[in-house]
Order: sequence, then C-alpha cells, then structure tokens
Amino acid sequence: MNERSFPKINQIIDIWERKVSNLIPILQEVQKEYRYLPEEVLTYVATALGMPLATVFGVATFYAQFSLEPKGKYIVKICDGTACHVRGSEVVDYIIRKKLDLSEGQDTTDDLSFTVERVACIGCCGLAPVITINDQEVYGQLTTEAAEIVVEDLLKRNAAGEVH
Amino acid sequence: MLKVTNSKISLDQLSAYRERCKEEFAQKADQVIILVGLGTCGIAAGGAPVMQAIQDELLVQAEAIKQRALDVVVRSTGCAGMCEAEVMVEVRRPGGHRTMYGQVKPDLAKRIFVEDVVGGNPVEDLIVHREEPGVKPGGVLAKQLRIALDNCGYIDPEVIEHYIARDGYTGLERALSGMSSQEVVEEIKRSGLRGRGGGGFSTGLKWEFTHKAPDEKKYVLCNADEGDPGAFMDRSLLEGDPHAVLEGMIIGAYAVGADEGYIYCRAEYPLAINRLRLAMKQAEEKGLLGENILGTGFSFDLHIKEGAGAFVCGEETALIASIMGARGMPSPRPPFPAQRGLWAKPTNINNVETWANVPRILARGSDWFAGIGTENSKGTKVFALAGRIKKTGLVEIPMGLTLREIVFDIGGGIQYDRPFKAVQIGGPSGGCIPESLLDTVIDYDSLIRAGAMMGSGGMVVVDETTCMVELARYFMKFVQSESCGKCVPCREGTKQMLSIMERIVSGKGEPGDIGLLEELSAVVKEGSLCGLGKTAPNPVLTTLRYFRHEFEAHVEDHRCPSGVCRALMNFFIDPEKCRGCTRCSRICPVGAITGESKKPHSIDADICTKCRLCLEKCRFEAIIV
Ligand SMILES: Cc1cc2nc3c(=O)[nH]c(=O)nc-3n(C[C@H](O)[C@H](O)[C@H](O)COP(=O)(O)O)c2cc1C
Ligand code: FES
Repeated sequence: MNERSFPKINQIIDIWERKVSNLIPILQEVQKEYRYLPEEVLTYVATALGMPLATVFGVATFYAQFSLEPKGKYIVKICDGTACHVRGSEVVDYIIRKKLDLSEGQDTTDDLSFTVERVACIGCCGLAPVITINDQEVYGQLTTEAAEIVVEDLLKRNAAGEVH
Repeated sequence: MLKVTNSKISLDQLSAYRERCKEEFAQKADQVIILVGLGTCGIAAGGAPVMQAIQDELLVQAEAIKQRALDVVVRSTGCAGMCEAEVMVEVRRPGGHRTMYGQVKPDLAKRIFVEDVVGGNPVEDLIVHREEPGVKPGGVLAKQLRIALDNCGYIDPEVIEHYIARDGYTGLERALSGMSSQEVVEEIKRSGLRGRGGGGFSTGLKWEFTHKAPDEKKYVLCNADEGDPGAFMDRSLLEGDPHAVLEGMIIGAYAVGADEGYIYCRAEYPLAINRLRLAMKQAEEKGLLGENILGTGFSFDLHIKEGAGAFVCGEETALIASIMGARGMPSPRPPFPAQRGLWAKPTNINNVETWANVPRILARGSDWFAGIGTENSKGTKVFALAGRIKKTGLVEIPMGLTLREIVFDIGGGIQYDRPFKAVQIGGPSGGCIPESLLDTVIDYDSLIRAGAMMGSGGMVVVDETTCMVELARYFMKFVQSESCGKCVPCREGTKQMLSIMERIVSGKGEPGDIGLLEELSAVVKEGSLCGLGKTAPNPVLTTLRYFRHEFEAHVEDHRCPSGVCRALMNFFIDPEKCRGCTRCSRICPVGAITGESKKPHSIDADICTKCRLCLEKCRFEAIIV
C-alpha cells in the first residue's frame, strides 16, 4: 500500500512547496480531487511532508471542511446560520432529507450521489433560508415548494449523468 | 486619452493617473449605464440570467439605441445592501440620476431596458430606490452614512480604475508622500477608529504596539473569517470593494513596518476570494502592491489563506496558528500578536471592515472621521440586518443611532407587521435585546451595558414566531460544537450547558435548571482561555435576563409560549376553520393527516412528527399548536 504512488498528490504537494505550513491548502486540494480524505492519502501526505501522521490527522479532523468519509457527487449545504435558523432552515432541511431518502443520522445517500450538510452562514442571510449546491449554485428565499423543486431538478440531473 | 496600461505607476504620477481615470469613467452626456448586482446574494437571487437578458436586449435594441444616439454600457457591481430586493438593476444617467429596480427577473429586465433605458420612462412599479443630484437620499438610505460601503454597489469591483476614479489609493498616496510611519499611526489614533471585528480595541493603539516592536520582520493580517453565523458585512465588502481592504492593509503595513501580510478568508466565500485575487493582481501590475510600491522603496507582499471551517479561527491567536498550518487553537495572551504573532514575529491583525475604514481616514483626515459618531465610538458601523424583518440587507450607520431606528426606520419593521420580540446582536458571543431597550444607542459601551456586544455586526431580528429559549439553545449548540476543546471550562462547561438547554426545550426541564445554568455560565465566563468561551454564555444570560418568563414556562409548565419547541407541542386541526382543501394532507410527509375533500381534516398525534409543514401550508389558520 505505501508503495502506491499518487502522482496527482505529488503534484499538489509540489505546488505548495512541500511546506508543512501549507498543509491546509494541500488537504483542501486533495479533497477537491477525491471529494474526501482517504486514510492512505493522509499517510502519504504525512510522509511526503516529513511530519507525524497524528499531526496531519489532527488537522484533518479539526476543520469542518475536511471529511474522512466519502461524500456524494452533489453536496447540498443547508445553511443553519442564525438568520436561516429563524426563517425556517429546519423545515428546508427536513424536506430535502426526506426527498433524498436519507434516514436519521445519515448524510450521504447509499449510491454516493448526494451529501446533505448543515453549515453555518453562507453569507446571504438577507435571502434566508439559503442552500448551496457544490458551492457553485446558491438558492435563496426557499419555500418548501422551492426546496422540493431544487431537489427534484437535482435528482433529474443526477439521473441524466451530468457531472459537475 | 487614458491609456489603461498595465505598467507600474510612481508616486508622483498617481494623482495624474487618477484624474485620467476620473475623466475616462466620468459618465458622458449620452451615456446610460446599467448595473446589475452580482454579489453572492445577487447571484443567488438569479442575477446571471438577468444579466444575460440585458445583454441580449442590448443587441435586440441596437437600432433603437443608435437612433437615439445613446451609449449604453452594461456593468456588474457588488452588493448595494438591499438583499430582499435582489436581483437589483440600476439605471444610471449622467449627473447622478440613479434609478434602482428590485426583484428583477429576466422578463422585467427587458421591460426596464425597453421602457427606461431606451424609452426614458422609468418603470415606476419596480423602483425600490431613487437618487437625484443634490437631494439627500430617502428611504432605507436616509439614516445611513456610507464610509466603508461607499463603493459597494457603485463601482465594478473587478476594475481597479473604477476604484481609483473614486479617489482610491489617495490615502496611500498621502501616507507615502512624506508622512513617517509614526505619523500614520498617530493619524489613526487621532481618528478614534476602533476594531470592527468585535472587541472594539483602539486600532491606532494596536498599530503602535506593533510599530514599536523592535523586530525587523513584521506581519499584518486581515481577519476575513467572519464566523458569526448571521453576518455578511465582510463578505459584501470584499466582494464589492476589495481594493479598499487592500489599500488599508498596505497603509497599515507601512505604518507598523511590515513587509508581508495575509488575508485569512473563510472558504465559504469563493467569490470574495476570487475578487481579492484579481484585485491583488491588478494592484501589483500598477505598482501599488509588491516590490517597491509606487517607486518609494517600500515593499509589501500579500498572500491569501483560505480557512477550512472553524469558527474559533476567527480568534486572532487561533487564526495565526491556522495560517501556520496547524489546528486552529487559541493560545493565552500575553504575549499578544503585536509582540509575538505569526512565526513568532510582531503581527498586527485587523478585521476587514477596520481595514476598509483606513484609506478613507488617511484620505479625508482624522478630524473628519472623529467628527462622526459618539464620544467613545467614532465613525460608522456596518450591520447585517436579517431575520424576521421587512428589509433585510447591509446597513451602515453612524454610531449613536438607536436600535429602534435601525429596525423600524431602516429595516421597515417586522415582516407581516407582527409584533417585534427581540434583536440578537453579536451572534454567539452577543445577546438579545428586548423591546424595552430598543432605544439603546449603538456604540461599543452602551451595547455591553445592555448585556450584548457590538460583535462584528450581525443583527438578527426575531418576532413572536421565535422561541427565545430555543434560540439560546441554538447558540449554545453552535459554540459547543465550535469549542476547540483546549480548555476545560469551555469544553465541558458548554457541553453541560447545552445538555441542560436541550433538556429544557424538550420539556424535561427540572426545577434547579435555571440556577444551574447561571452557575455554569459564571464558571465558563471566568475560566475560559479565549473569547469563545468567555462570551459563550452571553446568549443564555441575556435570555435569562430579558425573557426569563419563557424559560420558566418551559421548565415549570412544560410549555413553549411561542409554539416552537416540538416536544412541547401538539398539532390539531380546528374543524371550524378547516375547509378541507387537502393542502395539509398532501404535504404531510408521514401521512398523519386524513380527511375527505371539502370536509374538516384531522391529525393523528401518534404519527405526527411535528414538522410544521402543514402549519406553513394552511391558508385558513386552521392548524392549532
Ligand atoms: C471566538 C472568536 C471568534 C472571532 N471571530 C472573528 C471574526 O470572524 N472576524 C473578526 O474580524 N474578528 C473575530 N474575532 C476577533 C479577533 O480575535 C480580533 O479581535 C480581531 O480580528 C481584531 O481586529 P479588529 O481590532 O480590527 O476588530 C473573534 C474572536 C473570538 C474570541
Ligand atoms: S444565516 Fe444563512 S446565509 Fe447567513
């Protein structure tokens, strides 16, 4: 396993000058590549940077952005910042999870198509409640109907095999 | 004619270059400028298709435009601060005639184009704001004063010349034209500027500490982590006027003697990061950033670091740890960053909005700035007004206005004219302020006296549909999950407080709970290492102070007076009011509602999950909780 080479990761590490201080941007780019941080990759990064795996692990688990579990192709972030919270993000969350058939405590669909996350404030509080899809598309002032439509559209896109 | 060259400018060329930018971008007599608000909120509301529709129309109407000898220019701009009116489109005519349209959809954009731009007749029913030359703006802007947000929604943030034409880089020019670094520090001290990131520490004094530190190598940092989950001032500033922040940092670096800096920005703000990158590139090309700035020999190298999602990284020592690639854990102060900060070097850290005020102070003088505001709080503050309010958005007000003026005069009051309940200021470190204290003036000290704090500027208004106890639980949950775990009072204290709060909102509150919360609050406040823990109990404490009756209702009567806490509610249908429209039974995700069409429905309490969907759907107020 440790003999496996990760050319893409090497490239990322090189871009960031193999510096320990760039561990966070390195992990960010690795995660963009894999959509999560696989354990063997963390080991690889630690060795390449000459730092203890425990430290890399410590950083990877500290920041909310990093995930050690595989995530879905579409990541739906439901804002649960204060403004969204008082304008009903809870109900939006409920609808979206329901539509995606996620059970209690489950965040990613079994087929790894969708991940639903709750995040704090996306910075569009004026349009609360807000959700984003893959950090690219932002939907605001969501009503229950609008949330349903967004998810239905997403399901269609997924079925059509459109990759973001 | 202006040559928009990419070559470097020297200090003595800068003001001539600015004049040329002003000439070039001054609106010509035949020019009509259309601006589309394309900040994150504008895009969220559907800005891109609106922009497309306008560009399409530009082609379609080419002949008509030519006939009328018009020169139509389409631009994008940042957030104008009126979020609920997004997508915003402005039609600007020479001499300062501005007509702003709100809630524009592609078909409405066409109408605006045909009727106003080409036809010259404003589309009255879509206008949200209007400005005429020489007339003080009315409406939402009447009580506002824009210093930090001056350019937001006015210029195209992606064009450096727009910024320069608005007297941009005048402050830097002044600082580098014969002012010593000490004099720049003095100027900021005299202005009375205090940090806008929450603490409200004197910016000039802070600069002086770093300035006086003996090291050769120093850093300046910009805190763009904006962690308060209900605030977006910094995002809008970075998206709408990135050069103001850059210019502030360059001036600050000169003043404290730093040659390197970092902007630490939340990863959740991709557009802001892109705009910053672009602005930095432009400033470097012009010789305003990087090596040998404006040919003066002063160099300043700036980098961007993206955060990775940790609220505590907004705390300055944690932020510094995070830049160095480590877990973002705060460390005890002293030593303060001014003594021992990034890579153990003296470091000056300020918030985005603080930085954005700096160029204006240098350009217009500290006396001008110190003339605005109250005795101990000078200048303006930007607030992100959100929640159950009619006009959500960004507001920038001179210090000294009252909360009432913000909520009712600027914000237009509560949605659907429901009664006001509280305004939450300062996010998870702040508190809620009730109706009886609405006349509190906005300045650092008055807000602390009221039990809240200025915070970074999040202002969330709530009405009777919000349960204050549940809101306090929400903040407790937030700080508990964001506690970095380094010190025991914060790690364990917030956990215990949260479990009590959860017990209370689920109807299992016990008689001693309120007292226990108060006791724990004191321990967490006193014993925690950093500001996160020291302020974590504030939301609970202000709720206990101003809304104790709601707490007591939950604990003693197991009742949620606002009808929010699920465990304390039962849903049923009032047969008198129900018309049998079936909207509720169709939306119910668990099939708990049954009934024949046109006949009263009923809810099976055993199946009902209290998701509130039916409550939202019902048009006859027949669902009772
Ligand atoms: C838990 C915690 C979170 C903070 N978050 C932020 C933040 O998101 N943005 C910010 O500018 N300051 C934040 N601060 C304040 C900073 O520690 C620091 O005081 C500020 O950046 C100094 O800049 P200023 O003097 O210009 O306000 C936070 C403080 C604490 C304790
Ligand atoms: S609270 Fe949801 S965008 Fe700010």
